[in-house]
Amino acid sequence: MSSPSSYYIPHEAKWPIVGSIALFVFFMGFASFLNGGGWIAMALGAALLIYMMVMWFGDVIRESESGMYSKQVDVSFRMAMMWFIFSEVMFFAAFFGALFYARQFSGPWLSGAGEGGAAATNAVLWSGWDYAWPNNGPAELGGEYNKMSWFPLPIMNTMILLASGVTVTIAHHAIKEDNRQKMVKWLLATVALGFLFVACQAFEYYEAYAHLNLKMGTGIYGSTFFMLTGFHGFHVTMGAIILLFVMLRGRKGHFSATNHFAFEAAAWYWHFVDVVWLGLFIFVYIL
Amino acid sequence: MSTATADHHDHDDHHGPAPGLMRWVYTTNHKDIGTLYLLFALVMFFIGGGMALIIRAELFQPGLQIVDPLFFNSMTTMHALVMIFGVVMPAFVGLANWMIPMMIGGPDMALPRLNNWSFWIMPFAFAVLLSTLFMEGGGPAGGWTLYAPLSLQGGDNLAFVIFAIHFMGISSVMGSINIVATIFNMRAPGMTLMKMPLFVWTWLITAYLLIAVIPVLAGAVTMLLTDRYFDTSFFSAAGGGDPVMFQHIFWFFGHPEVYILILPAFGIISSIIPTFARKPLFGYASMVYATASIAFLSFIVWAHHMFTVGMPLAGEMFFMFATMMISVPTGVKVFNWIATMWRGSMTFETPMLFAIGFLVMFTIGGLSGLMLAITPADIQYHDTYFVVAHFHYVLVPGAIYSIMAATYYWIPKWTGNMYDEKWGKIHFWVSTVFLNVLFFPMHFVGLAGMPRRIPDYSMQFADWNAVATIGAFGFGFSQLIFVYVVYKCIKGGEKATTEVWEGADGLEWTVPSPAPYHTFETPPAIR
Amino acid sequence: MSIVLRWLVTAYALLFCSLSLAAIGDINMPVGVTPISKEVYGLHMMIFWICCVIGVLVFAVMFYSMFKHRKSKGAKAADFHESTVVEIIWTAVPLVILIAMAIPAAKTLIAMEDTSDADVTIKVTGYQWKWHYEYLDSEISFFSSLDADHNAARQVGSGIDVSQFDNYLKEVDNELVLPVGKKIRFLHTASDVIHSWWVPALAVKKDAIPGFINENWALIEEPGVYRGKCAELCGRDHGFMPIVVRAVPEEEYEQWVAEMSPAPMVAETSEDSAPAAADGDAEREWALAELMEKGESVYNTSCAACHQANGQGLPGAFPAIAGSPVATGPVDAHINVIYAGVSGTAMAAFANQLSDSDMAAVITYQRNAFGNTVGDLVQPSAIKALR
Ligand code: HEA
Ligand code: HEA
Ligand code: HEC
Ligand code: CUA
Ligand SMILES: [Cu+2]
Repeated sequence: MSSPSSYYIPHEAKWPIVGSIALFVFFMGFASFLNGGGWIAMALGAALLIYMMVMWFGDVIRESESGMYSKQVDVSFRMAMMWFIFSEVMFFAAFFGALFYARQFSGPWLSGAGEGGAAATNAVLWSGWDYAWPNNGPAELGGEYNKMSWFPLPIMNTMILLASGVTVTIAHHAIKEDNRQKMVKWLLATVALGFLFVACQAFEYYEAYAHLNLKMGTGIYGSTFFMLTGFHGFHVTMGAIILLFVMLRGRKGHFSATNHFAFEAAAWYWHFVDVVWLGLFIFVYIL
Repeated sequence: MSTATADHHDHDDHHGPAPGLMRWVYTTNHKDIGTLYLLFALVMFFIGGGMALIIRAELFQPGLQIVDPLFFNSMTTMHALVMIFGVVMPAFVGLANWMIPMMIGGPDMALPRLNNWSFWIMPFAFAVLLSTLFMEGGGPAGGWTLYAPLSLQGGDNLAFVIFAIHFMGISSVMGSINIVATIFNMRAPGMTLMKMPLFVWTWLITAYLLIAVIPVLAGAVTMLLTDRYFDTSFFSAAGGGDPVMFQHIFWFFGHPEVYILILPAFGIISSIIPTFARKPLFGYASMVYATASIAFLSFIVWAHHMFTVGMPLAGEMFFMFATMMISVPTGVKVFNWIATMWRGSMTFETPMLFAIGFLVMFTIGGLSGLMLAITPADIQYHDTYFVVAHFHYVLVPGAIYSIMAATYYWIPKWTGNMYDEKWGKIHFWVSTVFLNVLFFPMHFVGLAGMPRRIPDYSMQFADWNAVATIGAFGFGFSQLIFVYVVYKCIKGGEKATTEVWEGADGLEWTVPSPAPYHTFETPPAIR
Repeated sequence: MSIVLRWLVTAYALLFCSLSLAAIGDINMPVGVTPISKEVYGLHMMIFWICCVIGVLVFAVMFYSMFKHRKSKGAKAADFHESTVVEIIWTAVPLVILIAMAIPAAKTLIAMEDTSDADVTIKVTGYQWKWHYEYLDSEISFFSSLDADHNAARQVGSGIDVSQFDNYLKEVDNELVLPVGKKIRFLHTASDVIHSWWVPALAVKKDAIPGFINENWALIEEPGVYRGKCAELCGRDHGFMPIVVRAVPEEEYEQWVAEMSPAPMVAETSEDSAPAAADGDAEREWALAELMEKGESVYNTSCAACHQANGQGLPGAFPAIAGSPVATGPVDAHINVIYAGVSGTAMAAFANQLSDSDMAAVITYQRNAFGNTVGDLVQPSAIKALR
């Protein structure tokens, strides 16, 4: 066991190379799939990637549980998680940026508002088109559609996520009081809420395709709607799975009042997903 | 990687690297990984350079002699992607790996396993990228900027290129996170932030730039992917989107990216010049602030690449002024370096020669950048060889020279042997002469009206293009000298002392040469 | 060591000589023939000289230091490493210089963006890889593409010596004719990908963006022929879509407009944007040989850039016509590909680029050339029926 003052440096890492190969197979497979090829390589890559993660995290968990990580190592993990979340924020920023750009600039320009060639753009190319949000563009791609209302599903989903933010905080307080039992219970609630959210979202997508004729191909509205909510939904799924694993670890007796970084990382991630949703709810559904 | 071995691990057994090839695959050692990065970058430099030579060969004379225009375009595109993502960035990360833990007195990088993964992604990512060249329809041919809708017309390669970018992005972000964590968490006690060498500072700021903008690039290319394969219309006016929107998002990444390619270079130069001037760096604090200002400004100037797309006047004004502002902190750096040389006691070993080459030619490139910032003039310069001249002056004698300088400067510490000074100097002089023969005439043809990204041109540009091509082959082949010097230095040579350079200052010069496999397992004392 | 330094100085002295050469001839920006182009040229020269002066000063100090403060000359290192005063000076002085540059730049920029009160409006549309011009004040419109001789010479391995052409790659079939002394407003757009319409002598460069219109203007002061190029990468033949502007005195321009207006210009293959109207040929029956002959020439001007003169295409990028399932399959599908294009690909809709007889001819040609032996033929009337 290392003394807290020395920094734990693992020697020989086997999983990264497996991870690289997995990603390679996955990406090559995915690209071939998009170009009309089969999906087997893609699935294989994804499976290998999951296997790699399980094994890698397994190692980390074992090392952590056997007390090899000093306070300093813990700080490294914390920083890494923090900046990873920041990078995710920037990923979403690109899509939010696209939404704002389409609403503030390209839409109005196409309808003739703005300096430079805007008036001519509308008069010569898209005569008679008026900008409104949402829209599927002057060529009305995807045809007639209905806007996705913020009521009832999205507002419900907002409630669900907000509630899950509360439950995860209760779970956090529980582990800080060394009450593992309580933590597991509240985490279970959080995970359940998370999956409930995903289920609602799936239902919403079904509604959009089946009854509203709102699709990826519904112009810029469909594009931004599905990309933003879709990537968010993907992140919720990931976050819920991570929380699920944290919960399972809790049941196995992991974590203590002072040592529960995995829990905290998952919780941060969960709050990040939560905040992104609030942005989405406001800018995609309400405004 | 079992609990057992880890359990028994303690820092008294100074075990060195595992034997055999698997050492390199499994290594978590920052020095090994640094070496891997540097070698990878060197290999890619020859691949990307080979592509540049194909470009220059076709441009040797007017008329199409060698390649189909489509292949020419894909060479241009690939050349840039390889040079930027496969050469300069990995080389800087390699240097960061080698030097940052040693400079701050840390035992290794903060997250050694992640570090291994960041590297081992790179060869696979480039396998994905380069594989497109062997597909039907060839590689991407829409320019490295991947502008929609042209890039959407690409054949099957588009999906591969996009995933290759995602793949490299994962590596860059993980690598940057590692560097941030290392700098904040692994410093020896007493190594305060304002005592860190500038290379560490510039890399810290670079790492933030990377974490902030690589995901934006990922978002941009993801939108390309869905526009192509999933019916979305981000970049199509018919659906209410805008092709120019891609450019905004791309350059929001792209401009900070060019500073990612130069800030670590600033750090390297700030290490080398004081050493060979035998005088402390002038204006350390202002160097730090200048770097931070450059990084900050780099987020608000992106549209200077888009002065001809028809932005509102106010936008053009704003981006013009903001871009010009970057000259101020950059100027501060240049002046500080000169003030460091001033009344020093200078010698001119190879690293110093490359540093001075950097200083002079980067300034030339920076000044042409300033000309490009002037919107009405840029509307004429834009998409001509004047721009090509500008960015090669900041990239080749800028980024690439800084990497060469760093290699010569630190290689005695890496290998324990001195490099061959005579051949190092020859390398510098031959490179520098050819480099100017290669890139200087591009200013002329650019101003006279030669557009970039064309495989064939009018008679009036013939002479200078021939000159440039001669320069290109001369410069390209003189890089073989570099390979020779490095190879020779790895193999043997005069033994290097601990300090290596007379005027050297910093923790890396307190450990023996070659640096032991593990350094600073117990933190050094900082004065 | 001093030899090395002397080399360094000589190299850079040479560099700067060549730098100052940039003030003359074919290695500098042309002055141009519009008020804006002259302003831009002045601005360019001003910033160029400012940059030169800065460069010379900076390098002078640096090289002086390198000569004087060398260890081999016995220089002893001083120990200073800070001075707030000089730091402030060398932050403030550049700032002032920048402001001095920014003011005239802003003025010119404002003038450039003012497209109001134009006398003539021309809509310029970029296609892969040709330009389409529409005179919005009169009924004139036509395509303009690279001159056929140049086009033949520029093919890989054509064996034609390109230096025989005076204006290699700068000659088009149909020139854009413009009046001198009038404010001309350009509306730039594109049909497929982004192009950029650039004529250096007019200081006009503006991106042509599909689905949007950008405005620009020029007031040409001297008659003459001014040449330009597409400046934005637009695919395989981006290097081969030149621009030729012929500026003529106003009377001559009026005369040209009058000549052109009644019967829109009918060049070999490229017609105005509503070609059907001008195409009396569509009424009669055509013979196979006739269609084949016309089809070949249409093919070579409009299709060969992608599908190649031998019909083999470029695998993966542009499909072969030889043996193509479309070109040897049902004729309706074949017609549809040419008429309506294939959306999301480089295959454009040719309905408004080619006349009925052109389209009928090129389709017929494709079905019966390159080893394709379908044997049927398409009459122009069949295309006309689609419109
Ligand atoms: C390492 C990379 C790097 C660096 C450091 C820079 C630095 C700068 N660049 Fe460059 N640039 C590129 C890489 C880089 N660039 C690339 C790759 C492209 C093309 C991309 C593509 O289209 O493919 C490009 C294109 C590009 C454009 C777009 C041109 C166009 O397409 O039309 C512009 C326009 O403003 C520009 C401006 C600048 C400016 C103002 C700086 C400034 O940072 C320079 C500052 C430095 C100095 C000014 C010199 C030193 C200062 C002094 C000695 C002080 C005294 C000076 C004054 C008071 C003036 N660059
Ligand atoms: C860090 C970045 C970097 C670097 C180092 C370089 C280096 C070089 N570049 Fe690069 N270049 C870019 C970044 C870079 N470039 C970018 C961003 C673009 C814009 C792309 C776009 O428009 O989309 C560009 C575009 C570009 C063009 C314009 C193409 C066009 O517009 O069509 C040209 C033309 O001359 C060119 C030339 C060169 C040359 C000759 C070198 C030389 O320095 C290379 C030196 C050569 C070698 C090192 C080769 C050594 C090889 C041998 C000795 C032979 C053995 C060969 C093999 C083993 C294969 N580059
Ligand atoms: C800018 C490039 C370009 C030009 C010019 C061009 N084409 Fe095409 N063409 C394409 C591409 C790309 C496709 C493939 C479309 C797809 O993916 O289905 C294509 C497909 C076709 C096909 C279907 C072939 C097949 O087997 O799928 C025919 C027929 C055709 N073009 C005819 C023509 C004719 C006739 C012309 C000239 C009047 C022409 N093309 C001009 C790019 C071009
Ligand atoms: Cu059209 Cu380039
Ligand atoms: Cu930039």
